[in-house]
Amino acid sequence: MAAMVSLRKVSKRYRRGAQSVPVLESLDLEVEAGEFLALMGPSGSGKTTLLNLLGGLSRADQGEVRVAGARLDQLSPRALARWRARHIGFVFQFYNLLPVFNAQRNVELPLLLTKLSREQRRHNAQAALALVGLADRGAHRPSELSGGQQQRVAIARALVADPSLLICDEPTGDLDRASADQVLDLLRRLNREQNKTIVMVTHDPRAAAYASRRLNVDKGQLGDDATTVAAT
Amino acid sequence: MHAVHQILAVTSMNLRGLPQRIAPSLVVVTGIAGVVGVLLAVLALSQGLSRSLVTSGRADRALLLHAEANSEAASALTRDSVSRIIDSAGIARDARNEPIASAEVPATLRLPRRSDGALGILTVRGVGEKLPALRPEILINEGRMPARGLNELIAGRAARSGFAGLDIGQHVVLGNADWTVVGSFESGGDAHESELLADADTLLSAYQRASFNAVTVKLLEPAAFDTLNRALAADPALAVTAMRESDYYQQRSQKFAKVLAIVARLVAAIMAIGAVFAALNSLYSVVSARTVEIATLRAIGFGGGAVMISVMAEALLLALVGACAGAALTWLLFDGHMVSTVGGGGVANVIFRLHIGGGLIAVGMLWACAIGLIGGLLPAIRAARLPIDTALRAQ
Ligand SMILES: Nc1ncnc2c1ncn2[C@@H]1O[C@H](COP(=O)(O)OP(=O)(O)O)[C@@H](O)[C@H]1O
Ligand SMILES: [Mg+2]
Repeated sequence: MAAMVSLRKVSKRYRRGAQSVPVLESLDLEVEAGEFLALMGPSGSGKTTLLNLLGGLSRADQGEVRVAGARLDQLSPRALARWRARHIGFVFQFYNLLPVFNAQRNVELPLLLTKLSREQRRHNAQAALALVGLADRGAHRPSELSGGQQQRVAIARALVADPSLLICDEPTGDLDRASADQVLDLLRRLNREQNKTIVMVTHDPRAAAYASRRLNVDKGQLGDDATTVAAT
Repeated sequence: MHAVHQILAVTSMNLRGLPQRIAPSLVVVTGIAGVVGVLLAVLALSQGLSRSLVTSGRADRALLLHAEANSEAASALTRDSVSRIIDSAGIARDARNEPIASAEVPATLRLPRRSDGALGILTVRGVGEKLPALRPEILINEGRMPARGLNELIAGRAARSGFAGLDIGQHVVLGNADWTVVGSFESGGDAHESELLADADTLLSAYQRASFNAVTVKLLEPAAFDTLNRALAADPALAVTAMRESDYYQQRSQKFAKVLAIVARLVAAIMAIGAVFAALNSLYSVVSARTVEIATLRAIGFGGGAVMISVMAEALLLALVGACAGAALTWLLFDGHMVSTVGGGGVANVIFRLHIGGGLIAVGMLWACAIGLIGGLLPAIRAARLPIDTALRAQ
């Protein structure tokens, strides 16, 4: 299978005042299409930074970033935005739904960037809500849903435009165990049944156990994660 | 097509958040309403004054003053000069072959203004008997013309509505004599409607004066102005300057109305600066309150341009609401009202009608849009340039 993600000698540093702090250093990563990869590591180790590079939300200082067939380090900001719309679905720890829109409208948002008609948009959004088990909650505002339900709406939004890659940053970090299991089950199902490629950051070894591969981010480098494999 | 969808989605997101930001939004709307209101009111004053003065002058009439005078009040013409002037070439004559001209004497009269009861200054213009042929625009709409030799006068429509004591049958004191109002007239809304008219000879004898101030003549045609000028120059006994009546009033209106128009823009501009800052402040707070949402939309793939236009659209919307409020208020308060200039230093009041029309309202809308766009620009740029990764960490 072709590589969905291929990072070569990628470095990223942040400026903090006069200092420049390295976060990722000469990092290599390959993710095959159809994989469900869990990234683990201590807080502040650069997991979110890595996801942002993969999702085209920020740029590497050095190295090659190839995702879903595009060299992100070579795209203009405009092209990058279009590429994100086409290829990436994001799931955030705090769901990031727009509070003023109902679930249906939230899920429809990525479709506003496609050529689909109003009818098709509505239909696809409804289908995505059905896929996450919330077919009857389309008219609810985020504030009228539980955390787990909100995260599933967010997953529906991430999926609705049929992206190449799902990027999930601690998707269960804010959920109770039962809701977390539901969300993780859903992600695993998407990976197994719909062959979605998923890269998920998590603190929680139980969550990581749902993935097909686990890597550890530490001190700007990636390593195989030995400690959590046993938890499967 | 995508762009429109994006812009609508972001704008609708922002606007739905508006009820939570009602106070800063109202500050913007009120500020812009104030700018537009003041602008329209003062521009309407300027336009009304200008219109009333400009329509007073015609190209086929000429005003003749003494050569050394630059205003009617400062000019003096003897009876002999007057008869030489009106016999000159270029002047139109009536059926009896008499020149159509009016030797005039302006006098001043103080009466209480209807608006505040304070004394204001009115011009009583002594005119010649050829006045109806000279100024056919003057129409008696009540009563009759003053009779020659009697202390009678008629009041312009604007003078009557601006000042008390000018109804038919009422009396005023002029030159220590008692005068009766015998009629009222209109003259197409020009400056003469702010005046009273009386017989010039009667007025001269009431003031025990011998000389007139000015002569207005009807030209054979507008081009006959040059003929008249040559004839006047050829007569060594005359020292007069002729001005086309339209030029004379144009000059006066330029002085008054232009100052007002400048004042309108100056005051509005100062207020506009305040309104721009209010808009700036309010929209910055919109952007910072929506940081995570904007970043989320950008992550999904929404363009920076769409985000920017949405912020501008909200600014424009607030501006247009403000402009409508300001224009409506000004229209309700002032449209159709009669206004009088405040006569200072012996200058007679000109009374005219305020008209808040479509043209003025369009000017107000343009100002409001400019304020909205300027106030919205920086916040819009900030929203579009938001670094997505840092913005997403802001929660
Ligand atoms: N925009 C930024 N500016 C400066 N430092 C940052 C920025 N984003 C992240 N960092 C720093 O980079 C390091 C890695 O952050 P992050 O990728 O969020 O870690 P993780 O997601 O693994 O907790 C942290 O030390 C963090 O403080
Ligand atoms: Mg993180």
